[in-house]
Amino acid sequence: MDNVSLARITMGTSLAFHIVFAVIGVGLPVLLSAAEGLGLWRKDAVWTDLARRWSLAFGILFAVGAVSGTVLSFELGLLWPRFMALSGSMIGLPFSAEGFAFFLEAIFLGLYLYGWNRLSPLAHWLTSIPIAISGAASALFVVMTNAWMNHPAGFELVNGQVTKVDPLAAAFNAATPTEDVHMLVSAYVCTGFLVASAYAAGMLRGRLDAAHRRGLAAGMTMGVAAIALAGVTGDSSARFVYTDQPAKFAAMEGLYRTLHGAPLHIGGIPLESQQRVVFGLEIPRGLSLLAAFDPNAEVKGLNEVPAADRPNPILVHLSFDTMVGLGTLLGILALVFWGVAWRGRAIPTVRPLLMVLALAGPAAVIAMEAGWFVTEFGRQPWVVYGILRTAQAATPVQGLFISLLAFLLIYLALAVTTARLLLLLAERRRRAE
Amino acid sequence: MTEAEAIGAILWLSLTAYAVLAGADFGGGVWDLFATGPRQAAQRQAIAAAMGPVWEANHVWLIFMIVGLFTCFPPAFAALAVGLFAPFTIALMGIVLRGAAFAFRAHAREAIGPIEPWGGVFGAASVISPFFLGVAAGATASGSIHAAGSDVRFVADSPWTVAFIADVGLFAVALCAYLAATYLMVETDVNADLQADFRNRAAAAAIASGVLGLAGLILAYVGARPAFDSLTGRGLPLLVLALVNGPLALLAVWRSEPRLARVAVAAQVTFVLWALAVGQWPYLVRPTYTLDSAAAPAGTLTGFLIVAGAGMLLLLPSLYLLFRVFKGRNPASVEADRTKPA
Repeated sequence: MDNVSLARITMGTSLAFHIVFAVIGVGLPVLLSAAEGLGLWRKDAVWTDLARRWSLAFGILFAVGAVSGTVLSFELGLLWPRFMALSGSMIGLPFSAEGFAFFLEAIFLGLYLYGWNRLSPLAHWLTSIPIAISGAASALFVVMTNAWMNHPAGFELVNGQVTKVDPLAAAFNAATPTEDVHMLVSAYVCTGFLVASAYAAGMLRGRLDAAHRRGLAAGMTMGVAAIALAGVTGDSSARFVYTDQPAKFAAMEGLYRTLHGAPLHIGGIPLESQQRVVFGLEIPRGLSLLAAFDPNAEVKGLNEVPAADRPNPILVHLSFDTMVGLGTLLGILALVFWGVAWRGRAIPTVRPLLMVLALAGPAAVIAMEAGWFVTEFGRQPWVVYGILRTAQAATPVQGLFISLLAFLLIYLALAVTTARLLLLLAERRRRAE
Repeated sequence: MTEAEAIGAILWLSLTAYAVLAGADFGGGVWDLFATGPRQAAQRQAIAAAMGPVWEANHVWLIFMIVGLFTCFPPAFAALAVGLFAPFTIALMGIVLRGAAFAFRAHAREAIGPIEPWGGVFGAASVISPFFLGVAAGATASGSIHAAGSDVRFVADSPWTVAFIADVGLFAVALCAYLAATYLMVETDVNADLQADFRNRAAAAAIASGVLGLAGLILAYVGARPAFDSLTGRGLPLLVLALVNGPLALLAVWRSEPRLARVAVAAQVTFVLWALAVGQWPYLVRPTYTLDSAAAPAGTLTGFLIVAGAGMLLLLPSLYLLFRVFKGRNPASVEADRTKPA
């Protein structure tokens, strides 16, 4: 395999692995803070106990997120030195700000995890607030750099050399608002549904105590609010791509030719040979209506860009539909859950609903990963859109295959151990009760 | 001083903070690996209690340095990333395994008991990472990273160059172990036996790092002349400080003055790092990149200084709080030692 493919697989695996822990690092502190705050305010030991449980799991999850994030900060250079030589000065400032946010998160996490007996209850609760804020800030800063790759701005290029940089214009490029906000709410979607899944799975095994019901309620509260926002922000993201990156948008929809009144395809496989989506559900004029609020609006097809500049529509379209499909199902699930809860004036414990809820967390993570597939595969063949091709950015060194294998093994070991430990911790609590 | 030079100084300070703080966390892992004797379990427990609250924050200095390097000196970063691909990749794997193994043990041990084989992974990775970070430093200081545009390669002049680089790797491990042992002397203030264990370890590490350090000087003379010239040129005052301070630090260890020893050893590491930095100033990667020639455009440099300044305003008080709570008069490990006798 060539270095470009190896570097892409290594980077993609590292990102896909890290982001699961990263989103928990963004979302879980909010739940921790809320639970501990409720326990403090209402003098309710059940809430405090929930926060303590989550804090133990968070200690493991955050550490894995922190070290896998370190891998990424190195891999940017180790795998893509030419990309970094070009863009370091542009994306570096959000990364630096992210570094500080991460610093604060790690510091207050240390105080939080190890301070249960060293700080007063109020002081301990207060340490959770900077964790939640800096977690969200890290996500916003780091996604700014990805937004810049989609919409490079704030610099002048003379003969391939960066001559002038406006760091604010680079950080707050046109893609930043939609991408940033959508990623942040997606982090809360994943955390909310993952927590809900964990408690739904426990309840399916007959544990219907107050802690489980509240854990489920906490997760679903975050889940319902976040999934609604994810829908709204996702919609504006898609419409931004429609105007800013027509090739990505065409790939998302499997649209080979520019059309007025373009149809929307739900599912299906874009076929190069037939220049259309087969087996999908076609809604006439649906795409034009969604993208521009005009049934006759023009939507640019892949034919607008040279063949060498086209992303792979199969990957991008299927990823996009996976994200939207799962997101929609999660939204419906959240509505059903709270509808049943409202009618019954209690947290639902009906088995079929719990079974679906137990799958909701993994589904949310898949949706989030699929969303990143859309962004990343959709930007190809560019690493910096319109400026630098991915193929030109990879490192020339030997030995990428070995490092890829080693990292795959490491990620596998970490994933297996993390899962095993979390299950063992839950199991031990059950036996203690 | 240009903006680039100011940033160079900030990044070197960050590297110093990383070495002095996270270096001790690696050293803790080294002593976890070599925990022996009747107090083996108590040694490991003291290490875990000392590292627990702070290691993740200590680790961020490295990320800050890497990010600062690629933001402000992108071509030098790219050259180092290509030229030092192997040592960086291996160090990175060690960092991942070390951190994860520590967290697995720390947060799972009280709940479900020890989880082998992560104990061994923690210790082994704590040796591997500083060794290869030291190798990367040695390769850079010896002028073995030859960068000509996008063509970067590692070229060792002679076998002595390789020996020098390996020696710097071992020196880094020894210094980490030395730092950790003296810090642990402070942390075990209430347990005289345990403190004596770490005093002996500190003395051993002091001698090892002294020997490796002096060997490094000789090897630099034979095989890594740029490094030797740096250290004995502009870096000489700091080198002399290190040579004078070294025996004094050992004396403080030997006479069981934990707090004094802690300061002396941290100072020793600082002197060594700054002797190198000042010696090769203003070169980043010799002879291709100086701080100014590798610097990003002015907008980025100014922006970085602003972000770093604002960030430090938030960071430093928070760090103070963290260390005040866990490392003040009554370190966390002392409490663990009191409540959970081994």
